[in-house]
Amino acid sequence: MSIRVEHVSKSFSAYPALGDVSLTVDNGEFVALLGPSGSGKTTLLRILAGLEVPETGKIWFGERDVTADKPASRGIGFVFQHYALFGHMTVAANIAFGLKVMKRSARPTRDAIGTRVDELLDLVQLPGLGPRYPSQLSGGQRQRVALARALARNPRILLLDEPFGALDAKVRRELREALRKIHDELGLTSIFVTHDHEEAFTLADRVALLNQGRIEQFAPPVEILDNPASEFVTAFLA
Amino acid sequence: MTAAGLREPPLAKALLIVAAVAYVALMLLLPLGAVLTEALSKGWQVWLAAVSEPDARASIRLTLIVAAIAVPLNTIFGVAAAWAIAKFDFRGKTALIALIELPFSVSPVVSGLVFVLLFGAQGWFGPWLQEHDVRIIFALPGLVLATVFVTFPFVARQLVPLMAGQGRADEEAALTMGASGWQTFWRVTLPNIRFGLLYGVLLCNARAMGEFGAVSVVSGHIRGETNTMPLQVEALYNDYDFVAAFAVASLLTLLAIVTLALKSALEWRYRGELAARR
Repeated sequence: MSIRVEHVSKSFSAYPALGDVSLTVDNGEFVALLGPSGSGKTTLLRILAGLEVPETGKIWFGERDVTADKPASRGIGFVFQHYALFGHMTVAANIAFGLKVMKRSARPTRDAIGTRVDELLDLVQLPGLGPRYPSQLSGGQRQRVALARALARNPRILLLDEPFGALDAKVRRELREALRKIHDELGLTSIFVTHDHEEAFTLADRVALLNQGRIEQFAPPVEILDNPASEFVTAFLA
Repeated sequence: MTAAGLREPPLAKALLIVAAVAYVALMLLLPLGAVLTEALSKGWQVWLAAVSEPDARASIRLTLIVAAIAVPLNTIFGVAAAWAIAKFDFRGKTALIALIELPFSVSPVVSGLVFVLLFGAQGWFGPWLQEHDVRIIFALPGLVLATVFVTFPFVARQLVPLMAGQGRADEEAALTMGASGWQTFWRVTLPNIRFGLLYGVLLCNARAMGEFGAVSVVSGHIRGETNTMPLQVEALYNDYDFVAAFAVASLLTLLAIVTLALKSALEWRYRGELAARR
């Protein structure tokens, strides 16, 4: 599903976090929001998820204006930097959460939920780990569970906030590949936030480089490397 | 530095331990033992007669009723206040935190007097209440109000740092997965705080049942009617009925011991969970 951001602004108390940002992401694209801390990349992602409300501007998912929609009704999956898994629930219960909170009329049967959980555990390559608790898993495994959980309700859009931030280099690489594969397999439209340009360039179809609440350049990695749009871009990539 | 260099001399260690144990024995165990010894000084029969005498039974019942109303009220408002403070940003947040702590810094006697000034015969709402035949002071509602006021901070204080430390990510995750606010509270927020909540409720209950000062001002000390257990202990003591006074006091002491045991049991029961979260 395509995503359109139109003239979105947002400020926190005094300083502006986003100033008049516009951006169009095509259906099926994998986009990185790249920038230093305080550049507004996470704010933009959270606005897309409905966790923050923009002061001006509109957000479109496909032909639908979702600017005023709650996170619950946007049809997105969201992955948090520190996983945000529910510690009092098993892995299976974490993944089933989104299905269990559905209205009774829309909720799948208990068996169907169980099947879906197994399917998702296979998808993130953690078969059989359903009965474990998050505290019994490694960081990489936890982030895979978080990914499976975000995908449970079949979102068309996947949003990831520094998904590899807390992991070591080897696990990062494995998880990156797994994520890219899942994105392609499911035909998702994905946006992830990172401050690591190498990660953005190896994983994303297009990279949006943010600085002080504005987009400096939004282009495929090759084009940014060959043709940096501003001095900031050159300096940031150096 | 070697490990030996880090170790304290054995003599200092022994002295510190002896001092600590002696202090605890003197300040905590001795009074506890005294209460139980005095209560049972004339034997089980007398103790039983003293705690099952009508006025004593009435005081026990009243204490239980007051706690049964005050503790749930403060649990609900404590959770609501802690949730608001820890998970949302709003104007006047610091003022709200200070207000919640207020009962801790106000003398309980003053806490009781406030309600007399509001609802007593000469108080602001006194004439109106008399006209409509509503009794608050020297009756159950006054006792409940005073107890609620004094025990207000226990639950909220326990939960604010806990919930603030947990952050909002779990709740946000639940919301992005389609949960409603209510579902998020019951399935995510409440399970995350259950240990701290039980702890706070336990302390709140212990204080609610043991409160003397505030309750003393609004009670009117009518035996068999408005005397809670702590007030009954004082009344009996003033009558020089020491055995009966200590018998009722021993029940309050038992409450303290049960509270302590439950608290330790909670800590033991959830130790794995607590360790896993750190």
